[in-house]
Amino acid sequence: MTALLEIRDLHLSMSSYEGSADVLNGINLTVNRGEIWGLVGESGCGKSLTGLSVSRLAPSPPAHYSKGQILLEGRDLLPLTQREMQKLRGKRIGMIFQDPTTNLNPAFRIGEQLTDVALAAAAQDDTILDCPAHSSNRTRRAAAWSLAVEMLEKVGIPNAQSRLASYPHEFSGGMRQRVLIAMAMIGRPDLLIADEPTTALDVSVQAQILKQIKANVAEYDMGVVLITHNLGVVAQTCSHVAVMYAGNIVENGPVAAVIGNPVHPYTRALLSAIPTKDTKRGALKGLAGAVPNLINPPPGCRFAPRCAFAQPACTKATPPPETVGPNHSAACIRAAEMEALIHA
Amino acid sequence: MPDTTPMLEIENVSKIYPGRRGMFGSSAAVHALTDVSLAVKRGESFGLVGESGSGKTTMTRSILQLETPSAGVIRFMGKDMAQLSAVEMRRLRAKIQIVFQDPYASLNPRMSVHDIVTEPMLIHVETLGLNARQRTDRAAELLSLVGLGPQYLRRYPHEFSGGQRQRICIARALASGPELLLLDEPTSALDVSVQAQVLNLLFELQDKLGLTYFFISHDLAVVRYLCDRVALIYHGKIVEQGSSDEIFDNPKGDYARMLIGAMPEVRVYAE
Amino acid sequence: MLQFILRRLLMLIPVIIGLTIIMFAIARLLPGDPVGLAAGPNATQAEIAALAAEYGLDQPIWVQYWHYVTGLLHGDLGTSLLTRRPVATDIAAYLPATLELVLAAMAIAIVIGIPLGLVTAVWRNKWPDYLSQIAAIGAISMPRFFLGLLLQLCFAMWLMWLPLGGRLPIIVIPPPTITGFLTIDSLLAGEWSTFTLALRHLALPAIAMSLSPLATIMRMMRSSTIEVMQQDYVMTARALGLAPRLIITKYVARNAVSATLTVIGLYFGWLLGGTVLVETVFDWPGLGLYATKAIVSQDMMPVIGVALVIGLMFVIANLIIDVLYGIINPKVRYS
Repeated sequence: MTALLEIRDLHLSMSSYEGSADVLNGINLTVNRGEIWGLVGESGCGKSLTGLSVSRLAPSPPAHYSKGQILLEGRDLLPLTQREMQKLRGKRIGMIFQDPTTNLNPAFRIGEQLTDVALAAAAQDDTILDCPAHSSNRTRRAAAWSLAVEMLEKVGIPNAQSRLASYPHEFSGGMRQRVLIAMAMIGRPDLLIADEPTTALDVSVQAQILKQIKANVAEYDMGVVLITHNLGVVAQTCSHVAVMYAGNIVENGPVAAVIGNPVHPYTRALLSAIPTKDTKRGALKGLAGAVPNLINPPPGCRFAPRCAFAQPACTKATPPPETVGPNHSAACIRAAEMEALIHA
Repeated sequence: MPDTTPMLEIENVSKIYPGRRGMFGSSAAVHALTDVSLAVKRGESFGLVGESGSGKTTMTRSILQLETPSAGVIRFMGKDMAQLSAVEMRRLRAKIQIVFQDPYASLNPRMSVHDIVTEPMLIHVETLGLNARQRTDRAAELLSLVGLGPQYLRRYPHEFSGGQRQRICIARALASGPELLLLDEPTSALDVSVQAQVLNLLFELQDKLGLTYFFISHDLAVVRYLCDRVALIYHGKIVEQGSSDEIFDNPKGDYARMLIGAMPEVRVYAE
Repeated sequence: MLQFILRRLLMLIPVIIGLTIIMFAIARLLPGDPVGLAAGPNATQAEIAALAAEYGLDQPIWVQYWHYVTGLLHGDLGTSLLTRRPVATDIAAYLPATLELVLAAMAIAIVIGIPLGLVTAVWRNKWPDYLSQIAAIGAISMPRFFLGLLLQLCFAMWLMWLPLGGRLPIIVIPPPTITGFLTIDSLLAGEWSTFTLALRHLALPAIAMSLSPLATIMRMMRSSTIEVMQQDYVMTARALGLAPRLIITKYVARNAVSATLTVIGLYFGWLLGGTVLVETVFDWPGLGLYATKAIVSQDMMPVIGVALVIGLMFVIANLIIDVLYGIINPKVRYS
């Protein structure tokens, strides 16, 4: 079976006047339908760029893909032109971004914005609109409008019919994010990329939005890449997780395995930095240092300078992913002995 | 005998913003705070938890006397702040300081760390009575206290990471010798690893300096970790108040139960 | 909305009072003898005194002011010493010419400037952008009267495509006055040939006036378009598959225009107040020419009247802009 999304050894460099930085340094990720992949890590690790790369929205220049493939159901997206990509966006790949207050155009009614996305998607696939092929523009617009009503209802906005005539500022933050979800879903994409969709929202609203995304996966049998810095969100929502550090995926696998039995020292450090119920006051463990400058990354494992278990061998070469459990791998040369090291 | 006067007492405070008539329409009056009462004891960490629009910000502004409550009394170290003379007020203001959420926006990029940290000492020069030399010494001391070291005095904010900037903000807040620190989402803009370091620093400072914290946040995990007592604010009303354990383990009201239920939690492996 | 407009119109009252007081003060402080000038070089003292008495100019200034303000309430703007006609009648004759010119110039500036700004923003830092940036600097820095002379030289003298000046040839009978705009009136009267003539006469002065606002509007539109294109909602629109053309012409354009509106309002007032040179060069019988003649002969009533009318137009133009701004920017309506 072909995977919905397969990223193979993706290398992305960004050039600036200071030099060229390898911001994605050989990313491998496979997402199947029905899976929700969490992409976590500190800021500046390349999570958002990975998401933007799938839609080919990373600004280029300065972005340059030197190696690798991004396969959407077996078709490589990297050689496509922007015009060809435009046909896939919205229709095959939906996206949601972080800040619901700035991602809707303030000067247009949300119905107008939803309808335009639906019409763009319908230009690729007529079955999206419930009207005969070659209908007049007017009929198509009316069909898109009623589809917009349906989508708004689905994401839990009451009085959808009348709310379509409202402007974005008349909605609360959570409601706006729902509108954006409806907008991302209206073209019935196979893959949804959600970049920090709940970071700007309150906890209670966050829970509702995540639930909404989960419900969509079940209903449309799609795959999701959920980019977040919040491991709590991952635990609550995702089926799988990939932990990113400085342009590499350092650990990935099913959520239960990665969070329940983390192997890579970076994953462990991230988890122990989150206060829990039983954390004693002052006992919270931070992670000293910062994500390295990628113009001159440390040699070998990029995490080595911050790692408590680093050895001289760690700085020799980028560690390859080691299988540490079913579908669970960690890119650490000491992965096999980690269990023993922790308890030592 | 230990002083049992609460550090901060808020009694039946309400704040109503009157309706406005705008260019194309009018807006109704907003009840930002309704009959809010709470007391923060000396040396404790008190957490105020609420979602956006709940009245947290109005609360902070009222404590800092940037807003005048429509009703009620705010007492700081036993004194009604509305009744103070200008001179007394200035003296008392040195004792309350605030750390903001965004360490990028709250430091002036054109000021050196030295100037940033000594600024409050200049503002409160009458109260503190420090000359230029003493101010520089104290700034160096404060930087060491927040884990940065005096070698950074001549640097500028852009040379620091988010976590380091927040340490500078904390050093600035400590410069006037406060007893009460208002911490307004001080770690929300930081990565978890950095957040942990800043939270630990706050603990250390509390131990060393005997500070009282009024911690405003929507991050329940952080509040539970840092605070002794917690109040939940919802639509301008305090809906639940008690010790952290009580609130988090045994929430009573619907809102508290909903909020704590929505809290994303990570099951962490045992170490 | 209606309330807002009424409130803004009420604000006109202090503006009018302020303007009249300042103008009256200036009229009194200026040295010279307007009545003597109006009466002519051979007038006797008695004749001059009689003329002054006829126009009330022998009374103390505050009495004159009182008379003027009470007159204003009846639409009376005083009488011109020079033309010996009521100022209101004169202005009614000259204002449409100026308004027609200014509106035509603004229309050219908007219709060309806004799309050009949009296009140069999309192609920024490519050659069409550089070219139009250079042209814009030239257009802004060139004095309007000089530009007018150049246009006359080129299109009227050498190419002989367009007339040198005036609103219509003397031999053509103007259409019945309805709006006072010769182009519109001739259309309303169904006189097609008169319409083309009026339009041809309007073209050069309107172009001469339009270049500077056109360049400014274009640059403003360019910078606001660039700013809008970096907004998150544009990224979302791209990420959801909208065509680049639709994003620019529909979504980006509306947001960018709202930032440009303010400049348009300001320019309208600026043009109204600065028609003199262009009207002189093109012999255009407008307010500018009327006011200049009045100033030269120290005939204060027309000067005050013109200042009042231009102030009024300016306020109304900006009111319209504010209302438009509210329509384009739904958020403004509620805040």
